[in-house]
Amino acid sequence: MARQPDGPPPPPTVQRLRLRYTKRGPLRFASHRDLARALERALRRAQVPMAFSAGFSPHPKISYMGAAPTGAASEAEYVEIGLAERRDPEAVRVALDASLPPGIDVLECVEASAGGGALADRLDSTRWRIDLAGVEVDELDAAVRALLAAETVVVAKRTKNGPRDIDARAAVVSAAASGEAGRAILHVVVRQVTPTVRPDDVLAALAAVADLHPPLPPRAVREAQGRLDDTGEVADPLGPDREAGSRCQGEPQPV
Amino acid sequence: MTVESLYPRLEPLLAQVQKPIQYVGGELNAQTKPWDAVRVHWALMYPDAYEVGLPNQGLMILYEVLNERADALAERTYAVWPDLAGLMREHGVGQFTLENHRPVRDFDFLGVSFATELGYTNLLDALDLAGVPLHAVDRDETHPVVVAGGHAAFNPEPVADFVDCAVLGDGEQVVGDMTDVHSAWTAEGRPGGRTELLARLSRVEGVYVPQFYAVSYAADGTIASFTPNRDDVPTRVAKRTVMDLDEWPYPKQPLVPLAESVHERMSVEIFRGCTRGCRFCQAGMITRPVRERTITGIGSMVDAGLRATGYEEVGLLSLSSADHSEIGQVAKELADRYEGTNTGLSLPSTRVDAFNVTLANELSRNGRRSGLTFAPEGGSERIRRVINKTVSKEDLVRTVTTAYANGWRQVKLYFMCGLPTETDEDVLEIAELAVEVIRAGREAAGSKDIRCTVSIGGFVPKPHTPFQWAAQASAETIDHRLRVLRDAINADRRIGRSIGLRYHDGKPGVIEGLLSRGDRRVGRVIERVWRDGGHFDGWSEHFSYDRWATAAAEELAPFGVDLAWYTTRERGEHEQLPWDHLESGLDKEWLWDDWQEALNEDEVADCRWTPCYDCGVCPTMGTEIQIGPTGRSLIPLAVVGAGRPQDPAVGGGPQVDVAVDAAVADPVHTH
Ligand code: SF4
Repeated sequence: MARQPDGPPPPPTVQRLRLRYTKRGPLRFASHRDLARALERALRRAQVPMAFSAGFSPHPKISYMGAAPTGAASEAEYVEIGLAERRDPEAVRVALDASLPPGIDVLECVEASAGGGALADRLDSTRWRIDLAGVEVDELDAAVRALLAAETVVVAKRTKNGPRDIDARAAVVSAAASGEAGRAILHVVVRQVTPTVRPDDVLAALAAVADLHPPLPPRAVREAQGRLDDTGEVADPLGPDREAGSRCQGEPQPV
Repeated sequence: MTVESLYPRLEPLLAQVQKPIQYVGGELNAQTKPWDAVRVHWALMYPDAYEVGLPNQGLMILYEVLNERADALAERTYAVWPDLAGLMREHGVGQFTLENHRPVRDFDFLGVSFATELGYTNLLDALDLAGVPLHAVDRDETHPVVVAGGHAAFNPEPVADFVDCAVLGDGEQVVGDMTDVHSAWTAEGRPGGRTELLARLSRVEGVYVPQFYAVSYAADGTIASFTPNRDDVPTRVAKRTVMDLDEWPYPKQPLVPLAESVHERMSVEIFRGCTRGCRFCQAGMITRPVRERTITGIGSMVDAGLRATGYEEVGLLSLSSADHSEIGQVAKELADRYEGTNTGLSLPSTRVDAFNVTLANELSRNGRRSGLTFAPEGGSERIRRVINKTVSKEDLVRTVTTAYANGWRQVKLYFMCGLPTETDEDVLEIAELAVEVIRAGREAAGSKDIRCTVSIGGFVPKPHTPFQWAAQASAETIDHRLRVLRDAINADRRIGRSIGLRYHDGKPGVIEGLLSRGDRRVGRVIERVWRDGGHFDGWSEHFSYDRWATAAAEELAPFGVDLAWYTTRERGEHEQLPWDHLESGLDKEWLWDDWQEALNEDEVADCRWTPCYDCGVCPTMGTEIQIGPTGRSLIPLAVVGAGRPQDPAVGGGPQVDVAVDAAVADPVHTH
């Protein structure tokens, strides 16, 4: 039998909180592991009463999901944390936000509704905005049309196990071009598939169908993450929890 | 003067490199100040990768001390990996600081902390990237004053051509004095230019300006003379010593990176200096005397540091932490205080005795007993007498067995190979010891589920130690001894499979030896290696022995010396050593006598518990041993925390985990 630590088991999770946070400015260069480390330390500094797993090296109960790639900024990263004591979600948001470095900003914190299902199941698509400095809007527009017109666009994706051919087109739900301050901007909604189709892969697809090669490194921002609704838009994944919360509790508790 | 931020030009490059987070700054507790608000600007560098350099205590201390001054600011910079360095050269982006991405070129001082000599090529890389001339004599008033500090600065001769100053000893006060000198010189309108600035700095205690001294060599390659070339500089430069550590509770707000680093914990230095007298240990020799932080000083630093960082583990650091006069009480009271808070406490264990096991038990009483580390350093009792780290084989086995009996599953033993007078037999005793430890340990633990890891590194003789005269063992000797040791451990598979052997080949040690005991002629070798593409020499994937060996052969030949002359040659009593003008306080005659006693296998006691044996440090430096016990005790945390406003989100989770993994730093810095 495996050895067990002495003493009582850790207290159970009594409340699950779901957070939306950002990756802005220079912190877009943080990897998902960097973010996890920063978040765990911030939870300690903010003295959030985390629930822990049992065993010899207890971990705080944190579920990470669908992190934006290193180098991509985000306005919509999500994480779920388990607490051993109940806390007001807004107070946790404020305390945690103050403990995180500027650029990792906690925008929302809601309590997970009972029976509302897993948060991960509500995150099946991303809306990206990709700034392409040095690219003409017309050029991008033509490339986007070519991409949407294609049935499949196979690109080589770098994975842990070496390059792998994937169909980037299949994951693209919608795409459009616009212009702003002399640069072209690509708006694209991508469905969450395995392996993940990332902004790099979409750009590789544009290069494949229209020979589009931005002269400067593109800058991607994840603007929203959620489930695709009937109109092809990305729905707010915390919406169901927020609704359930206001039904059960009325107005949020004061801090 | 306004200084541009390099970030807009750096940012597009970051998208193309590995681990870009290490170049963006934004660490918790990083400090930024407006450039124009202060007169003196320091760039502080640790010449290795960010993940190694960020946790460096020395740099963090000076960073805070300087930033606390109203007239100065300090920002940090680390070695840039080749992928980004290549892009920076291509796009004309210079070496930058992390706080505001300011060009290092624009600072008044560039302070570089050398924990090891293997950082020298990274210094050249950084200077080149910064656009600062490599050679001190080619710089003008617009360039930063390049300052070397850290333990390697006790023999800065190999980098004498590249640095403007070397600073000996504790840095806390000397950086302030240097700031004052620079500030006054600027206020006076920079009279006499850079030379006058350096001359003024050379009169600050602890500051050595190599370009004001001339060296000549005799026909046999040894130093014939070493003389100042100005009459207003001191003939000898003595180290600085900070007394009363409680008055220097730094770092108060340790930096916490987003990126991963080699130490995912905060550290509190519980004392400085060591008088155990281990003859191989440069750190112990050059940091005398012992100055303890008191139990209350330690307690408040731990508390403040944990609150400022959110770290889960605190390391109680020093050269031999179990020797603190109040360590038993410190361990017990800290374990009491943090019980139920998921805070781990750790102690780098280097001493081999039962007390260390008791301490480790105390620190881990609520948690997991994973690994415990001991450093016997020498394989046989005889060689342990030579290095003055006496412990009998019986005591060693008994101590380790006690650890297993107390529930520790993994014991690490650190050794050195290539020590003076060593034979194959001395090293083979390590295998006997490990086998006995496992046999006795299995019995004591009542389980076969125990492990012993033997970690062994090649010995490199260092300046300002009794072994400064010793012949270094050749790489072939080291490799041979490691081979026979490995074979001996593997001889009995039933035992051998519980023993892990970690070692590195002997070649990097030879180069470290060249750089440690080198003179100014070795500077040519460093420059040549760097020009041939050498950097990150502490990393096995970047270190090239052949590049160093070729450069040494070609650059040293005109002087009639070679790699072997610097490394495997034993020095005579009256040879002038390259660092003789630098004063660690140790009396050279005492060092020589101690070297002779080593050869006679005679021990020397610790002056904390026996009378002073006149090593020379205290009278020369005007210092004294500062140890407890103070008789004080730690205030319970409940009292400490009382009156603190409680955040509504706040409330200690009643979790318990005091895991102790008492590990010391790897003796060989290779990854
Ligand atoms: S001078 Fe005496 S007391 Fe001071 S460190 Fe040396 S031996 Fe110890």
